[in-house]
Amino acid sequence: MDFVLSIWNAFPEWVQTVLVILIKIVAILLPLILAVAYTTYAERKVIGYMQVRMGPNRVGPKGWLQPIADVVKLMFKEVILPNKSSRFVFYLAPVLALAPAFVAWSVMPFQAQMVLADINVGLLFILAITSLDVFGIILAGWASNSKYAILSAMRAGAQVVSYEIAMGFALVGVLMAAGTMNLSGIVEAQSGGITHWFVWPLIGLFLVYFISGVAETNRAPFDVAEGESEIVAGFHVEYSGMAFALFFLAEYANMLLISALAAILFFGGWLSPFQGVDFLTELPFIGVLLGNGIHWLLLKTAFFIFLYLWFRATFPRYRYDQIMRLGWKILIPVTLVWIFGLGIAIALGWQPWLS
Amino acid sequence: MTSTLRHWIKSFTLFELLKGLSVTGRRLFSPKVTIQYPEEKTPISPRFRGHHALRRYPNGEERCIACKLCEAVCPALAINIELEEREDGTRRTTRYDIDMFKCIYCGFCEEACPVDAIVETRIFEYHFEERGENIVTKDRLLAFGDKHETMVAQDKAADAPYR
Amino acid sequence: MGFEQIIFYLLSAVLLASAVSMVTVRNPVYAALFLILAFFNSAALWVMLEAEFLGVVLILVYVGAVMVLFLFVIMMLDINIDVMREGFIKYLPVGLLVAVVVAAEMVMVLTNKSLHIPKPTPQPADYNNTEVLGEQLYTYYVYPFEIAAVILLVAIIAAITLTHRKRPPSTKSQNPSDQVKVKSTDRVRIVKMKSESTGGD
Repeated sequence: MDFVLSIWNAFPEWVQTVLVILIKIVAILLPLILAVAYTTYAERKVIGYMQVRMGPNRVGPKGWLQPIADVVKLMFKEVILPNKSSRFVFYLAPVLALAPAFVAWSVMPFQAQMVLADINVGLLFILAITSLDVFGIILAGWASNSKYAILSAMRAGAQVVSYEIAMGFALVGVLMAAGTMNLSGIVEAQSGGITHWFVWPLIGLFLVYFISGVAETNRAPFDVAEGESEIVAGFHVEYSGMAFALFFLAEYANMLLISALAAILFFGGWLSPFQGVDFLTELPFIGVLLGNGIHWLLLKTAFFIFLYLWFRATFPRYRYDQIMRLGWKILIPVTLVWIFGLGIAIALGWQPWLS
Repeated sequence: MTSTLRHWIKSFTLFELLKGLSVTGRRLFSPKVTIQYPEEKTPISPRFRGHHALRRYPNGEERCIACKLCEAVCPALAINIELEEREDGTRRTTRYDIDMFKCIYCGFCEEACPVDAIVETRIFEYHFEERGENIVTKDRLLAFGDKHETMVAQDKAADAPYR
Repeated sequence: MGFEQIIFYLLSAVLLASAVSMVTVRNPVYAALFLILAFFNSAALWVMLEAEFLGVVLILVYVGAVMVLFLFVIMMLDINIDVMREGFIKYLPVGLLVAVVVAAEMVMVLTNKSLHIPKPTPQPADYNNTEVLGEQLYTYYVYPFEIAAVILLVAIIAAITLTHRKRPPSTKSQNPSDQVKVKSTDRVRIVKMKSESTGGD
């Protein structure tokens, strides 16, 4: 141990800082990638069970090694460059899709004080970064030199830009209620037990947020960008092997991000629902589990991921004009009315959930 | 007016979406119907039409008399027969090929056969490893029939009352 | 030269290079990509100037929304680059004149004595740029802010009314709102009838 410490102290201070940040990034990204892999497994299992099937159960016990097998398969596949496509943009697109999905996790608070970058415009930062996801899709569609891909890129572009507005308004409601854009601050503003969470006063905004989150990540029932039945697979028809895997990774990392954000913004993040009920949190052993902690955040995130899968197993795909109508004519007016009401409530000092 | 109000309430409480979710939610816990194929199998009817076989009489003589009815009735032209008269004056095939890629497993050959020589067994798990193996020759059909004679005899007996 | 200065020069160099490439590159999609890169670098420069709200909003609005629509349009256009380059010599004098005027104005502004403001002292780490900006916008500058908002609203409505025209009756279109409201009784009439046959066969 002393030996390791002596090596560590031999580094100049700025190297130490950089190393610590790098280690933190790895500590966030590795579990994230693992979670993505097992989200694909959970998706196939849950949808299988809802369709009265069993889902993957051959690779490893109960199919637990299925995602590993998929990854190995994808890594050994050839990446094919379509004829007359733009080589640079074709390879840039999956990276552009993946990078924002990972970058947004840098401001995610996992627990009190457990956050990589505790910036005071966290919410705005996440909104800005998630708005960049669509570039991966648009550029993939354009660079593929394929009709299906470009159609998908057009659909995805219009859809994401439309739903970003509704999502932004929903988040405006949250920051009005919390009075801060710092994500840790938003969680702290909800402390005081399950009744102080923002879902209750902002239930409409939460619904709008989650619906537009599903639309932002191009998941069923808003997956017109993929639309297997009409445009084959959309923007990633021409991608294979690892390039395709990057798109896949980006999509699931975004799902996890939207779910974790829903937990943080509306469901109190790492706060326990039993907060304030002292006789429960002071119990030996179980008290630690019932108290605040990262496990609550993970549990809430897992619940929203399950909702994503449940939606996919249940709802048929929206028609394109229906998507646009829902986004512009229903979600945005609902958020505007709700924010207006919220503004009046704050001006009159009706903030029981903040006390 | 009331219908508009009902429509609004129904849309904003997401009533129909929740109804759909409850259906899939209930199915999540219902018993699964998947059959784990190599370990579990569905029951098979004695009439199942799978791999072909040529049968023999109990004394070991092959049944087929080269009448070519099966060749004539075969809608996929999968059967190919050549014949020769033996020294004892009986008609026997010298060649009886079935192209398994052409065969549509309709069972007409079995229906047409006057001596119950060509039959389709209940065996459907077979494969070819080399090109050309799909044309199953007379020797292989006879060997297949010898191997599964007891099962074929049982299946035919079970189906006999309905013929 | 401190760490901050190295980053500043790096960002500025990339910003200038991408801005130049944006004008010179032939493929319009590449030009849009270089513009995005330029936006990113200027956002980073703003963040370095402790204007993190403006930096993030630049990315959110320009990169996340405006450039998506730009790319959208560029991809749908069938641009013939040869025709575009035809007028290059013809328009060169005008372009040069504009460039000279802009450069002269820049020099005049930068050399002006009244614009030499002393370097502001860095704010403490918990200084909230967003809050200060919001306070300024909604107190001192509330009228300009609201007027700008109204002008933008008028522009939106004008753009919609200019492009929104009644479709000729021959075009077939669906109205999702009406489709959603449809009930089974609007489509199917269930008629109860007595069975015609009496007894079995």
